[in-house]
Amino acid sequence: MTKLDSKIPAGPLAEKWTNYKAHQNLVNPANKRKIDVIVVGTGLAGGAAAASLSELGFNVKVFCIQDSPRRAHSIAAQGGINAAKNYPNDGDSIYRLFYDTVKGGDYRAREANVYRLAEVSNNIIDQCVAQGVPFAREYGGLLDNRSFGGALVSRTFYARGQTGQQLLLGAYSALSKEINNGSVEMYTRREMMDVVKIDGKARGIIVRDLVTGKLERYGAHAVLLATGGYGNVFFLSTNAMTSNGSAAWKAYKRGAFFGDPSFVQIHPTCIPVHGDYQSKLTLMSESLRNDGRIWVPKKKEDAEAIQKGTLSPVNIPEEDRDYYLERRYPAFGNLVPRDVASRAAKERCDEGYGVGNTGLAVYLDFKDAINRLGKNVIEARYGNLFQMYEKIVDENPYQTPMMIYPAIHYTMGGIWVDYELQSTVPGLFVGGEANFSDHGANRLGASALMQGLSDGYFVLPYTMQNYLADQIGIPHFPTDTPEFNETEKDVQDTIDKLFAVKGNTSVDTFHKKLGLIMWDFVGMARNKEGLEKAIVEIQGLRKEFWQNVSVPGEQTGMNVELEKALRVADFLELGELMARDALNRNESCGGHFRDEYKTEEGEAMRDDSNFMFVSAWEYKGVDKEPVLHKEPLIYENIEVKQRNYKTA
Amino acid sequence: MDLKLKIWRQPGPDAEGKFVHYPVHNISKDASFLEMMDILNEELVANGEEPVAFDHDCREGICGMCSLYINGHPHGPDDSITTCQLHMRKFKDGETVVIEPWRAKPFPIIKDLMVDRTAFDEIIQAGGYVSINTGGVPDANAIPIKKENADLAMDAAACIGCGACVAACKNASAMLFVSAKVSQFALLPQGKVEAKRRVENMVAKMDDLGFGNCTNTYACEAECPKDISVANIARMNREFFVAKIS
Amino acid sequence: MSVMYSSITKKIWMSLMGLFLMIFLVVHLGINLLLLFDPTRELFNVVAHFMGTNPIIQIFQWVLFAGFAIHIVLGITLQIQNWIARPKGYKVKASSEDTFFSRYMIHTGIIIMIFLIIHFANFFFKAKIFHSIPEFILNGVPTGMEDMGILVVQLFQLPEYVIGYIVALLILGFHLDHAFQSAFQSLGLSHKKYTPFIKGLGHIYSIVITLGYIIIPLFIYFTK
Repeated sequence: MTKLDSKIPAGPLAEKWTNYKAHQNLVNPANKRKIDVIVVGTGLAGGAAAASLSELGFNVKVFCIQDSPRRAHSIAAQGGINAAKNYPNDGDSIYRLFYDTVKGGDYRAREANVYRLAEVSNNIIDQCVAQGVPFAREYGGLLDNRSFGGALVSRTFYARGQTGQQLLLGAYSALSKEINNGSVEMYTRREMMDVVKIDGKARGIIVRDLVTGKLERYGAHAVLLATGGYGNVFFLSTNAMTSNGSAAWKAYKRGAFFGDPSFVQIHPTCIPVHGDYQSKLTLMSESLRNDGRIWVPKKKEDAEAIQKGTLSPVNIPEEDRDYYLERRYPAFGNLVPRDVASRAAKERCDEGYGVGNTGLAVYLDFKDAINRLGKNVIEARYGNLFQMYEKIVDENPYQTPMMIYPAIHYTMGGIWVDYELQSTVPGLFVGGEANFSDHGANRLGASALMQGLSDGYFVLPYTMQNYLADQIGIPHFPTDTPEFNETEKDVQDTIDKLFAVKGNTSVDTFHKKLGLIMWDFVGMARNKEGLEKAIVEIQGLRKEFWQNVSVPGEQTGMNVELEKALRVADFLELGELMARDALNRNESCGGHFRDEYKTEEGEAMRDDSNFMFVSAWEYKGVDKEPVLHKEPLIYENIEVKQRNYKTA
Repeated sequence: MDLKLKIWRQPGPDAEGKFVHYPVHNISKDASFLEMMDILNEELVANGEEPVAFDHDCREGICGMCSLYINGHPHGPDDSITTCQLHMRKFKDGETVVIEPWRAKPFPIIKDLMVDRTAFDEIIQAGGYVSINTGGVPDANAIPIKKENADLAMDAAACIGCGACVAACKNASAMLFVSAKVSQFALLPQGKVEAKRRVENMVAKMDDLGFGNCTNTYACEAECPKDISVANIARMNREFFVAKIS
Repeated sequence: MSVMYSSITKKIWMSLMGLFLMIFLVVHLGINLLLLFDPTRELFNVVAHFMGTNPIIQIFQWVLFAGFAIHIVLGITLQIQNWIARPKGYKVKASSEDTFFSRYMIHTGIIIMIFLIIHFANFFFKAKIFHSIPEFILNGVPTGMEDMGILVVQLFQLPEYVIGYIVALLILGFHLDHAFQSAFQSLGLSHKKYTPFIKGLGHIYSIVITLGYIIIPLFIYFTK
């Protein structure tokens, strides 16, 4: 059995990363030119890593699924990016950011990684400002900060409601600079189909050109996957349409362990579902919770009248409103972490107090903020979000409270990686949301951008170099080897198999069905019975998929249905692993909430004595049970407590 | 609601294209425009026909991937939004909706409504960045920046690179796109250092790629989903002028 | 010349020449208006003589020709490039989103160019090339100057000429309405405080110039 080695450097927590860098192997500048690196994905992690590796002198081949590297889904992050700069002088520090992140993740993240993340967070802000990222500033000319869920300090840097966009464009500009310099080869409209291993090491990838439909081979000394999360397994999520789990899933099937697949984040502030034709959910930034107050009616009859459309929320008097987050969590109020806020909304709606015509929504009300600060201030802060809400819902949020409901947003789980962000396949590195990452069982707001850029700019350029140092004698890889032939044949076989089905049910139909199973049983609240049922249903759906899916069109040329079918085929396997992982984890922690394991007040109840570990699943073959490996989590620098957002 | 769609179908870059009529029925007014297109494609797939190819990704108005020239307007008749944020309540029952791809020489059609906007990437590669490497940068607060300038830079940086400005312009000019990037950096001390080189290289690349010339019609600003101002074009003209005489 | 230069360089020249021509239009109008205030045409002919003989003005005249030439050649070049930039047009064209007159600059420009040729044939060539203009006789005394004024007065007796002139001037007005603020935009002179003022001034300028020129044929025609 493979032993998991997390390769955490020795020494005190605060010195681990410094020590690592001081003793790691480096590649001499002349030799870097002889080394090829493949980067899949051009979001924050991929784009930043590709640019930084190219700056160091490596030959970098970059692949993205969109028509331009500027469109990766990191672009959609709204709220901000955390850093321990302590510019507001409110008591922040690297340790406190580290502490909040571990606590926010419900003590299911690796201490050393999180500390490193907090440590380099400040470098990220410096780097981005130097790139010309227009962060919000105060009249004095210095950077502004805002507060975010799960923290008692203001440490979030932001660029209006488009922080992800600005940071991504920063990374994209760095990447563009390197493309212009000639050391990055950019391949757009390409989807990774598989990882090629030679002698057990990752040495290349097979990609599909989405325009021509041709399979292509690329070899390199190391491969970095920065392909994002797999939230679209739920069909409806805040992810982009092409966001998928296939690259990670193919890596898993080639021997990379999958870490904590059941850890999924459900974001509390999304626009509620409006119809069964709906293709995606739109997130409203969490920053809205800074000024908005969340409530549902106190009286069930009011809720029912609202659902029927006979009562307007503005007519419900103050005393009949239940500000349930402020009631349950006086210390953090509307700023509790995302998992807590999401579950509380579900609890109210399940009890019948939900609003909107579906009863699956709660109010986010700006009335008090508008009265206190004036409409102008609210407009300056959230104008673009309010405008977006009005365009979608056709209601004016300055007058009527916004309706929100939780939606799948982020996957904390992903490919298991060690301290160097290397998977269990040597030479296969994984960054950003695609790895199981630093967020434990729940990610705090404004931490995804931090992690993506930390991995991309400041971690992978070091750790990949450490790996590549002993590869300098190996020449560029030819792609006509048996390993490439076999892997490409595997991909081609899967494609042929899909076309051979000739069924009569569209890919989206299967995807929607899978999404419903996932949402009902592997969503916000899970239990043993439901999870077991989900596994059986997913297996059944998978079987049906391979008997009855319809993939029209040709293999050559653009074929969107084929693209979707390939992704859904993988989701149908990934969904099962998520359910298995959730079933195995007999505790509630962070985003993973098991009905059987809760306190009398309904809060999540961890089981630290039995489950303080990272689940790392090993693939054993189609329709065979995967094997669970455990990486124990050891907390030496932090006192493990029950998360408490009721008192400070 | 029911609609009559007239959609440009073109099998490939060099193939002949034509408008094809598709009626669609029972579309909810709360559906988004692209969800309406999804429904059409589902029907086409069910009938064994090739679905209409169109670009889209985030479906929340920020990635810039979606396009479509709808009834004479890039991103449709509504203001300040992308096609993915356009909702069917903006159309009338029974209305004829003509859907065309972006038309410009530097944006060749790939298939149906999908165009190749690599030209925009090439313009950015010509100078849309600050030439610094990772690491070794000063503290983020080392250089104070006037809030007004930071805000103006953010206004310009909000560009999503969708190409609606080129599609809207009667001259297929890319000036709004290019000037937004030039302005963002011109307004920030970090970008000032190589301002001359940047504006010259980016404008030269824009011209090489075959975009048209700006004649100040301001259709770009009117159709821009992110309301990027033509003041940026003036700023770029100024930057260019100063660069050329200095 | 123009194909080699960058798009913005061309635009800058275009606007500089345009502004120069707009100043010329003011001077020209000022002289023409003299006809309204002096039935003897003395003032007008004196100034016309000065303009036609003063060495500095003579040099400047060539600058003016160059200005016209550059403006026209650039305008046509830019337009051809713009047509090339969109080989296939749209089925449904947007109508409302751009400023109206900006859409027709090449069309109004070409009409103005044709007017200019006729205008030159009627006045400038007669004066400078054919020397076919009669001597100005003031109160029975020959002055030694050409009677440019009578040429104007005679032409504006013809209704078809008056109508043609007025139409051409209206089109010039449309051209100017867009041109004025556009020149400032092309030169990068944009400011959130002053740009609205410049746009307003542009409207006033184009209206004043157009009306100013139009009054003259109407006055002459109806007071003959």
